[in-house]
Amino acid sequence: MQTEIIISGFGGQGTLYAGQLLAYAAMDEGKQVTWIPSYGPEMRGGTANCTVVISDEEIGSPTVLYPKAVLAMNLPSLDKYEPLMATGGILIVNESMVNRVPTRKDIRAIMVPANTIAQELGNERVSNMVMMGALLKALPLLPEGAIERALAAHTAERHKRLMGTNIEALKKGMAYA
Amino acid sequence: MAKELIKGNIAVAETALRVGLVSYFGYPITPQTELLEHLSARMPDLGRAFVQAESELGAINMVYGAACTGHRTMTSSSSPGISLMMEGISYISGTELPAVIVNVVRGGPGLGNIAPSQGDYNQMVHGGGHGEYHLLVLAPASVQEAVELTALAFDLAEKYRTIVAIMMDGSLGQMMEPAELPPFVPLREEVPDWAVKAIPGKPRVVLSSINIDPPAQERFNLRNELKWQKIRRDEVRFREYYLEDAEYVVVGYGTVGRIALSAVRTAREKGIKVGLLRPITLKPFPVEAVERLVPQAKAFLVTEANNGMMLDDIRGLVKGLKPVEFYGRMGGVLPYPDEILDAIEALVKGPLTLEGDPRDRWLAVLEQKIGVGV
Amino acid sequence: MTDSDVKLVYQRPAGFDARTTHYCPGCTHGVAHRLVAEVLEEMGELHNTIGVAPVGCAVFAYNYFSFDFVEAAHGRAPAMATGIKRTLPSKTVFTYQGDGDMASIGMGEIVAAAARGELITAIFINNTNYGMTGGQMAPTTLPGQVTTSSPKGRDVERQGYPIKLAEMLATLDGAAYIARRSLHDARSIRQAKKAIRTAFEAQRQGLGFTMVELLSICPTNWGLNVADSRKWLADHMLPFYPVGDFKVNPAINAAGGN
Ligand SMILES: Cc1ncc(C[n+]2csc(CCOP(=O)(O)OP(=O)(O)O)c2C)c(N)n1
Ligand code: SF4
Repeated sequence: MQTEIIISGFGGQGTLYAGQLLAYAAMDEGKQVTWIPSYGPEMRGGTANCTVVISDEEIGSPTVLYPKAVLAMNLPSLDKYEPLMATGGILIVNESMVNRVPTRKDIRAIMVPANTIAQELGNERVSNMVMMGALLKALPLLPEGAIERALAAHTAERHKRLMGTNIEALKKGMAYA
Repeated sequence: MAKELIKGNIAVAETALRVGLVSYFGYPITPQTELLEHLSARMPDLGRAFVQAESELGAINMVYGAACTGHRTMTSSSSPGISLMMEGISYISGTELPAVIVNVVRGGPGLGNIAPSQGDYNQMVHGGGHGEYHLLVLAPASVQEAVELTALAFDLAEKYRTIVAIMMDGSLGQMMEPAELPPFVPLREEVPDWAVKAIPGKPRVVLSSINIDPPAQERFNLRNELKWQKIRRDEVRFREYYLEDAEYVVVGYGTVGRIALSAVRTAREKGIKVGLLRPITLKPFPVEAVERLVPQAKAFLVTEANNGMMLDDIRGLVKGLKPVEFYGRMGGVLPYPDEILDAIEALVKGPLTLEGDPRDRWLAVLEQKIGVGV
Repeated sequence: MTDSDVKLVYQRPAGFDARTTHYCPGCTHGVAHRLVAEVLEEMGELHNTIGVAPVGCAVFAYNYFSFDFVEAAHGRAPAMATGIKRTLPSKTVFTYQGDGDMASIGMGEIVAAAARGELITAIFINNTNYGMTGGQMAPTTLPGQVTTSSPKGRDVERQGYPIKLAEMLATLDGAAYIARRSLHDARSIRQAKKAIRTAFEAQRQGLGFTMVELLSICPTNWGLNVADSRKWLADHMLPFYPVGDFKVNPAINAAGGN
C-alpha cells in the first residue's frame, strides 16, 4: 500500500512543516516515507509545497503526477491540484482561503475553515494542523495518536509551548472529516 | 543506531564528518548549499578545516593541496561549479590522490536552473577534464544509499588513490527520508607514505602531475589503466528488481532509477514481465549485469533525466542484439512514473525494431509531448 | 482640476520595461536598476548600451531594462563585457554584479579588467552576503556578522577580513573613476546617481575602467524589515565601507562630467 500526499500553500502557512511532521509520524510507525519540497525561485514567488509518500515497501518515485491526497491551503493550490488528483482521492480544502468549492465528483472533498478555527484557538499558525487533522481522519494512514506522538517526539524544546494548541487544532480538524 | 529523518545533502555532509573528514572546501550553489552550510556549522567546533573558498576553482585546488597530506578531504558543488573544477580534477588524477567530490546535479547547460537533472553523466563518467583519467562515480537513489556510498567513497578513494565522485541530483539533495547514519569514528592519526608530511627522518616526498618526458607519462598512464582494470573487476555495484523472469528490462540510475521502479511495479500489476536494473556505480559500469540480461530480454528501455547519455553505453553493451529504446526528460525535468510506464507499454505493444536510432524515436515522442519553444 | 494642474512627478524611466521585478520587497537592487536606467536615459545612451547581468539575485536584470543584455557565468561579467566592448567599441557597456559575483569568484576578472583600463562601467552591489543562494558569507561580510555559512559570526581569524573592493581597484592605473555610494536614504541615493553618471561619462570619454560600489540592503537574508535594514546599513556598513571617490581621473572634472 502506498499513499501520496501533497501539501500546498503560501510560504508561511506551514506546509513544509506539516509534511515533515507527517513523515516523522510515518517513520516512527515503521513505515517507509519520503518528503520532498518544491525548492528554488518557485519558493521566492511565495508558494511552498511538499510531497509525502508513505508506503509499506521500498518507495519508488518520491513525486507523483496524480496524488491520492491533497491539502490545499490556498486557492492556487486548489486550482493546481484538483484536476490532478487520483480518482477516489481525498482533497482537504482550506475554506478560509478559497472562493469556490471543488467541482470533481470522483474524489472526496472536505472543506475546512482552517484559518478561522486556528484564530479561535488563538494562533493562526496552527491552520496547517487543523487541515492535517481532517486528513488523518478521512484517510486512516496512521494509527490513532501517531501524529500526536510525533509532535511530542520531534518538536524542538523552544517550540514545545505551542504543542497544546497544535493538538487542539488536530482535534478540531478531525471533526470535519 | 536509530533512524532519523534527514535531507540528502545534510546526510552526506554529516556522514563524511563521521567517517573522518578532516577538511572541506566548497562554494555555495543551489541545490547543494545545505551541505556546505551544515559543515560550516559543525567543523570549526570539531577543530577541523572548513573553508568557504573564493570559487569552485579555489575549492578544488584546496582539495588538491589537502589531498597531498593524505588526510580525508572533500568538496561538493552542483553542475556549473563542477565544470569549474574540471582542471583540478585532472590534476588530482594526474597526481594519483584520493579525494571525494559530490555533484548535486541541476538542469543545464549553462546557468540552466536548479531543478534535478542527470545531465552531467557524460562529464562525470566519460571525462570532462583533460587527459586520460578515470573517476569512480557513485549514484545513490535514496538518502540511506547516499549515506552508505559517502562512507564507501572515502574508503575507495584511499584504496585506489583516486577521486570518487558522488553524483546525486537536486531532488535527492533536498529530499528527506529516514536513514541510519554511521557512528562517529575518531580521526586516524597515521597518513600514507606517499603523503607530504615534512617529518624529520622520513623520506622526502614530491607530489606533482608533471611528466615532462612522454614515455614516463605513458608508463604512469599505463599503471593507471591497469589499476582501473582492477577497479572494473572488483568495484561494480548495482541493484536488480524483478529481473528473474523479466522479458523487458528497464535501466535507470539515481532518482530516475527509483522513479522507474514505481513504473515497473505498476507494469507488473498489469501483468507485464518487466524488471529494473539500477546501476549504483556508473563508473565502473555494471557491464556484465547488462550483458547477462541480453539473452532473456525482448527489449531494453533506458531512462534518464538527460538526452540519452547512458543510452549510448547500453547500446554499446547490447551490441544491436536486442532492441534498445529510450525515454528521458531534459533540462531539469524528471520523468514521472506514468511516462516511464507509457514507454514500457509501448515496448510491449511493439513493433520492436533493431533498425534506426532510438534517439530519433524518443525525440519524436518528446516533441509531440512538449512541443518546441521559440 | 484642469489638465495643466496635473504635474507628473514620477514615472517609469524609459530604460525600464513595464514589469514587476522578482526582488524581495524593499530590496535596493530595484533602486540601483532605476538609477542606471535614469542615467542612461538622461545621457541619451539608452539605445547605445549593452548590459551584462551577473549570477546572483540580479540574474534576471535583463527582464527589466529595455535595452540589449547578455548574462554572464558567475563572476565573469567583466570578461564578457570586454569581449563586447572590444568588438563594438562605440557602445556603452556595463556590468551589474553582486559582491559574491564580483569580489569572490570574479575577483580575477574585475581586477584584470580594471588593470587593462577596459572601457566598461561596473556597478557593484555590496549587500554583505550572497542573496540568491540564501544568505551565505560573502567577501564583504562584516567581522562578526552572522550568515548561513558563518553561523557563529564571521571569525576573521578563520574566515579572513572583508574586502574593500573600491579602495583596492583604485590602486590600479587602468581605473579612471572608482567610487562608493550608499542606497540607504534619499540623499545617498541622489549622490549614488551622480556617481553612476560620472562613471558612464568617463567611459564615454574613453578615460579608462570605471566602477561604482553601492552599499545595499538584503532584508530577506538579514532577517530584518526594510527600515531596520536601512538603519543596519547606516550603523554597521557605513563606518566600515566609507562612501567617497577613491580614484578620479583629472580629465573627468576638466570635462565637467559631474
Ligand atoms: C560557478 C557557480 N558557482 C556558484 C553558483 C551559485 N550562485 C548563484 S548566485 C551566487 C551568489 C550571489 O551572490 P552575490 O553575487 O553577492 O549577489 P546577490 O544575490 O547578493 O545580489 C552563487 C554563489 C553559480 N551559479 N555558479
Ligand atoms: S535575497 Fe536579498 S538581495 Fe536578493 S532580492 Fe531578496 S532582498 Fe534583494
